[in-house]
Amino acid sequence: MAIEFKPSPSLPPPVNSVGAVAWVRQNLLSSPLNIFLTLFSFYVLYLLLPPVVEWGFLTATFSGASKAACTGGGACWAFIAVYFDQFMYGLYPSEETWRINLALILLVILVATFAVKTVNKLYLSIGIIAVYPVVAYFLFAGGIFGLEVVETSLWGGLFLTTLLGVIGIVASLPLGVLLALGRQSNMPIAKSICIVFIETIRAVPLITILFMASVMIPLFLPEGMNFNKLLRVLIGITLFSAAYMAEVIRGGLQAIPKGQYEAADAMGLSYWQSMILVILPQALKLVIPGIVNTFIGLFKDTTLVYIVGMFDLLGRIQAATHDANWLGTTIEGYAFAGFVYWAACFGMSRYSMRIERKLETGHKRN
Amino acid sequence: MSDKTIPSNKSPLNDAGTRALIFQIVLLAVVVFVGYYLFSNLQANLADQGISTGFGFLNQPAGFPVLIHLIDYTEADTYGRAFIVALINTVVISLMGIVLATVIGVVMGLARLSNNWLVARLATVYVETLRNIPLLLQMFFWYFAVLATLPHPRNSIIFADFFLNKRGIYSPNPIFQEGFGVVIAGFILSIIASIALIVWAKKRQTRTGVWFPAYWASLGVIAVITFLALAVSGFPIEFDLPQKSRFNVTGGMVLPPEFVAVLVALSTYTGAFIAEIVRAGILSVNWGQTEAARSLGLKDSLTQRLIVLPQALRVIIPPLTSQFLNLAKNSSLGAAIAYPELVAVVMGTTLNQTGQAIENIGLCMLVYGTLSLTISIFMNWYNKKMSLMER
Repeated sequence: MAIEFKPSPSLPPPVNSVGAVAWVRQNLLSSPLNIFLTLFSFYVLYLLLPPVVEWGFLTATFSGASKAACTGGGACWAFIAVYFDQFMYGLYPSEETWRINLALILLVILVATFAVKTVNKLYLSIGIIAVYPVVAYFLFAGGIFGLEVVETSLWGGLFLTTLLGVIGIVASLPLGVLLALGRQSNMPIAKSICIVFIETIRAVPLITILFMASVMIPLFLPEGMNFNKLLRVLIGITLFSAAYMAEVIRGGLQAIPKGQYEAADAMGLSYWQSMILVILPQALKLVIPGIVNTFIGLFKDTTLVYIVGMFDLLGRIQAATHDANWLGTTIEGYAFAGFVYWAACFGMSRYSMRIERKLETGHKRN
Repeated sequence: MSDKTIPSNKSPLNDAGTRALIFQIVLLAVVVFVGYYLFSNLQANLADQGISTGFGFLNQPAGFPVLIHLIDYTEADTYGRAFIVALINTVVISLMGIVLATVIGVVMGLARLSNNWLVARLATVYVETLRNIPLLLQMFFWYFAVLATLPHPRNSIIFADFFLNKRGIYSPNPIFQEGFGVVIAGFILSIIASIALIVWAKKRQTRTGVWFPAYWASLGVIAVITFLALAVSGFPIEFDLPQKSRFNVTGGMVLPPEFVAVLVALSTYTGAFIAEIVRAGILSVNWGQTEAARSLGLKDSLTQRLIVLPQALRVIIPPLTSQFLNLAKNSSLGAAIAYPELVAVVMGTTLNQTGQAIENIGLCMLVYGTLSLTISIFMNWYNKKMSLMER
């Protein structure tokens, strides 16, 4: 006679091994040291969070015309509201700021068009690289089609920060590629020129380069020939980031297997053909995170132009905190600047991670 | 075989070697020409403006004060001495920054890997916040928003013998009396003794396998011998305590706010980057290594010290070196908040007064170049020492 085996139903897991309780036990209270660390962390949070929330939100003042309006005892965000235009555009005439906005919108539209599948990417790239800068320049500087001329000394705020960052990176990319190729080439003279350039620039701080751009470039030019400070600083920034870019790209070039170079040679491609068609597309893709990191670094480093007397976002905030109507608003100003820079840099680093995953073709070794 | 050959194309222009040669000659010519052109412009401009050349100015009196100087300096001293003062300031802040940043970085890197969820999150917030905000902004924050809002000396914040106010941090200043040489000798002796102890313990362990807690013992040796030396020589050390007078704090050792702001900003900022490097380094060590160590019966602390850390260090050191280099270069931002380091003194004041741009900027670049080279030589040596010994 066969006895049928009937398993009894499983018991539910013990309460303290599932759900929130288990999570707390595992992640916060697993050992005496852990309990201590948890308590310590709560203490740190208790010290930091309530005062910050109270200062920044609960007792903060959001509107008003001077520091006197800020009576809550907390942050005086009215300061930011009043100075917002200056922080964004510098001393750019307020009735002309639409030109900056228009240029920005134009750029966003152009870049967004890349996502449209039917558009010819080549023409679009030419449009962005060759046509757009000219249009943007005339929009910013004026002097054409009846647009009022705006001196570059009036450019400032976040506008200047972005301008320096974007032009710096766009101009340094091709220069960096050339330097990296030069350093990797087997032509001794070209190679040593590139090495000397890259290593000299990388050995000194950006501030010396900026000083050089603002003080020394005029000395090296013939009498009477001079160009404007913004352009000089841009040259300095571009040369500086080109050296770092070159090292990033060299990393990519070195990571391409030798077979790729040999295969390109075997196909009868010339040096430039093999570089442009075979090597660089792979190498650049490999180093996208490095390029974005360089850009983030450059974006943060643009604050240094304040030291040579240009008023970017930080410079304008620094100047505004000296306004007699708004004395004692330093922390608010820095908090605002910090938030803007943080959002931009954090956003970029997250975006680069996404691109990295998107371009991943499974060749990476893990 | 017929004597038909591939149509020869022996024009020298089609030879890769010749073309490379021509290209390089042209490149060199362009570089030399541009260099010569700029140099001749420079000479003409300098002659026009009546600016002298050469390093003769280093022997002339500077005539400006340098607020923070670790060696004696007055306005009557030469530019050369001002340069040395600034150089010392740069080197001191770089070295202290490197030490502090490494400590912060290691602690935060380990905290991000902690199995305590809250600690890991807090460390992540620290890292992601600090490394995404420009260093100059952080320096301004510490200097203008934190240290400048401290109370007037009259209302100093007092903590034991430490005073905290607008003018800086005042702490007791040790003054070494006669006979302090004995203490120093004792200290050096104790260090030699503890090194000998560690060497002996290691040798004995390789020979017999018996373990001896050499590191703890050597700490004890150093403490005991140094204390004995202090006692024998009759505690030849006195402290100059900061005193509060009516409007000011006098005496003691002062850390000026410029120094504190630069140091704090540099070390917390670079610390955030180092934390990421440490984290990545530790994660790069295969988990199997930890499991293998455990199955050999090593306890957790030994697993970390003997198995994980040596392997992680190999990954950590190269990027760490570049962070140290960045820190040394970033110390130049102190110029923006009037910390008298190299850029502020040489490229700021001296250049303005003498007008000799080439010499001053060249001097600065030379110093930073040397500093970078020194750090990278040292770190490369350390890297080699730590690298895997392969057969």
